[in-house]
Amino acid sequence: MSRYAIQVRDLGKQYRIGTVVTRYPTLREALADRVQALFHRNHHTDETIWALRHVSFEVEHGKVLGVIGRNGAGKSTLLKILSRVTEPTEGEAEIRGRVGSLLEVGTGFHPELTGRENIYLNGAILGMKRAEIDRKFDEIVAFAEVEPFIDTPVKRYSSGMYLRLAFAVAAHLEPEILVVDEVLAVGDAEFQRKCLGKMGEVAREGRTVLFVSHNMSAILRLTEETLVLDKGRLVMRAPTPEAVDYYLSQGFSQTGERVWDPEEIPASAAPFRPIALRIRNAQGQVVDTVRSVEPSVIEIEYELSAPIAGLRVGFYLMSTRGEYVFTSFDTDDPERFERFSVRPAGRYISRCLLPANLLNEGRFVVGVNASTYRVRRYFQDEQALTFTVDATGAPGTQWPEPRLGAVRPRLEWQVEVA
Amino acid sequence: MALREQTAVTLIRPSRGWAALDLRDLWLYRELIYFLTWRDLKVRYKQTLLGAAWAVLQPFLTMVVFTIFFGNFAKVSSEGFPYPVFSYAALLPWGLFSKALNDASRSLVGNSHMITKIYFPRLILPLSSVLSGVVDFGIAFLFLLGMMAFYGLYPTWGILLLPLLLLLALVTALGVGLWLSALNVLYRDVGYALPFLTQLWMFISPIIYSINTVPEQWRLVYALNPMTGVVQGFRWALLGSQTEQLGLILAISSATAIVMLISGLFYFRRMERLFADRV
Repeated sequence: MSRYAIQVRDLGKQYRIGTVVTRYPTLREALADRVQALFHRNHHTDETIWALRHVSFEVEHGKVLGVIGRNGAGKSTLLKILSRVTEPTEGEAEIRGRVGSLLEVGTGFHPELTGRENIYLNGAILGMKRAEIDRKFDEIVAFAEVEPFIDTPVKRYSSGMYLRLAFAVAAHLEPEILVVDEVLAVGDAEFQRKCLGKMGEVAREGRTVLFVSHNMSAILRLTEETLVLDKGRLVMRAPTPEAVDYYLSQGFSQTGERVWDPEEIPASAAPFRPIALRIRNAQGQVVDTVRSVEPSVIEIEYELSAPIAGLRVGFYLMSTRGEYVFTSFDTDDPERFERFSVRPAGRYISRCLLPANLLNEGRFVVGVNASTYRVRRYFQDEQALTFTVDATGAPGTQWPEPRLGAVRPRLEWQVEVA
Repeated sequence: MALREQTAVTLIRPSRGWAALDLRDLWLYRELIYFLTWRDLKVRYKQTLLGAAWAVLQPFLTMVVFTIFFGNFAKVSSEGFPYPVFSYAALLPWGLFSKALNDASRSLVGNSHMITKIYFPRLILPLSSVLSGVVDFGIAFLFLLGMMAFYGLYPTWGILLLPLLLLLALVTALGVGLWLSALNVLYRDVGYALPFLTQLWMFISPIIYSINTVPEQWRLVYALNPMTGVVQGFRWALLGSQTEQLGLILAISSATAIVMLISGLFYFRRMERLFADRV
């Protein structure tokens, strides 16, 4: 038997621009096109786009491989081809073993059916045999923590219960090759931790896993090796920490500024429109590297085309290992929140001062979030910008060794002779 | 791991032209056919007041209206049988057929969330929607037996052939449903055309009137409509109605149905590769 579970050779998928996004074609238009084509030869040049092209790689049996890339990089297309949802336009893939794909949790769940009924239905859709579901039924229910409601229609479930049940069914699938897309991006922190635990278990059981995620810490925890996709091309395959580091810094300008193009902003963001994110040093210059011992500024420039009530604009700071360092919003201060209870339309800059002696040396990722608590998230970009902190002169730099931890505060010490 | 032993190699590559039917794959997923049919049944009458009574109510009320207007006012010939039984015996397979056809034709678009997220043989969707109508048919059929007893009519030995006639109706619905469901993915016109198509089809089938109304020289052409064979077969099997050349009519109807099914299967398989991208 070949040592590879998945072999992909020169895989490509072409979409006609418009087929995915435009409204449905009607028969009349199709007929009109045909007639037109008869009279004007070669008149019809379809604009096409390669969602994926020239992608080749292998995955050995029992390996857990991560896949990362920005939106539209071709990650989902790759998973859809490997799980046979859609066909490639060129190239081929050879897969040895039963594939279970989890492109979404709860596919086929019917709101009118009870939890019990949905477990069977969803299990069958995912390719489980009835006997297999019977055997794992109790385990699934226990994992989802929904015992008391198992005979209640799932339309009465809270969204958390619904997700737990959906993930529980999927997690008990036992294919030789598991293809997972972003399912962990849902649910509360506690449940995400549980899901990650389950994924880790799956990986240790020696199954082959292809894991796509935006969650860098999950990728780092679960995978040893990772593919980086960009604009449909495979740009890197490397040990995960290296790949994550590359991904987080690729395509970012080295100037400490991130400007959003109109096509990068989802329509759902309106009336919020992000313009730019900048990092400035103590002298007010926009820079890629700031000094740990000096204060620096993170600023978000944006425009509101209509007033927004209760808006908060802020950022997350993350290490390149995917750990959150902290989160901060411009209306964290209750007084300021009162003052901006409704933010009128207009152009704004929200500026945050990072005090001196806060961050340790290394690279940091800034993610942006604009939302109204419990009402709506207007915009989020989890990896908007990266910058470097230089620790020269920071506490303890007389010893040229890396210090653990994301922060490097200057703390008071007293040494007494007891 | 036991599964390892039977590890199958799947080759994923672009397909061109006509695809094989791959019924083996369909067999592997047979339990999904069962579960989807079961889901349709479960969901259909949840949160309804009358529940399964709807299965009887629809043909029953249609029969009442037909009896008043066509049986009493227009005096349509019913081959000497009481008009209510005459029309109900036809409405029974017709109801099954039109429901199966409609559900099958909408099955792909209606389950688009499954098609874009999970692999399974797509044939399962139209297939299970056709099957889920059979239970309704069973309920409505029991009511017919009651009606026949009321009028003092007894089924003939032909009733043993009823399952075959039922199969003919299902094959026809599936055959046309395969064409329409695949077309519906590409062109939503199908959704608009369906109610209209179903209505026209009813008028060209011997539901309201008897096949004897059709001039003799046209009957074999008339039999090209598979529902002609099904409906007339039902009347023969249940009521003992006499139709000249019924065997030939059934043969012609079956031939059309089989042509529809096979062409539908191949067309469906050919278009299948576009479903996830276009639905």
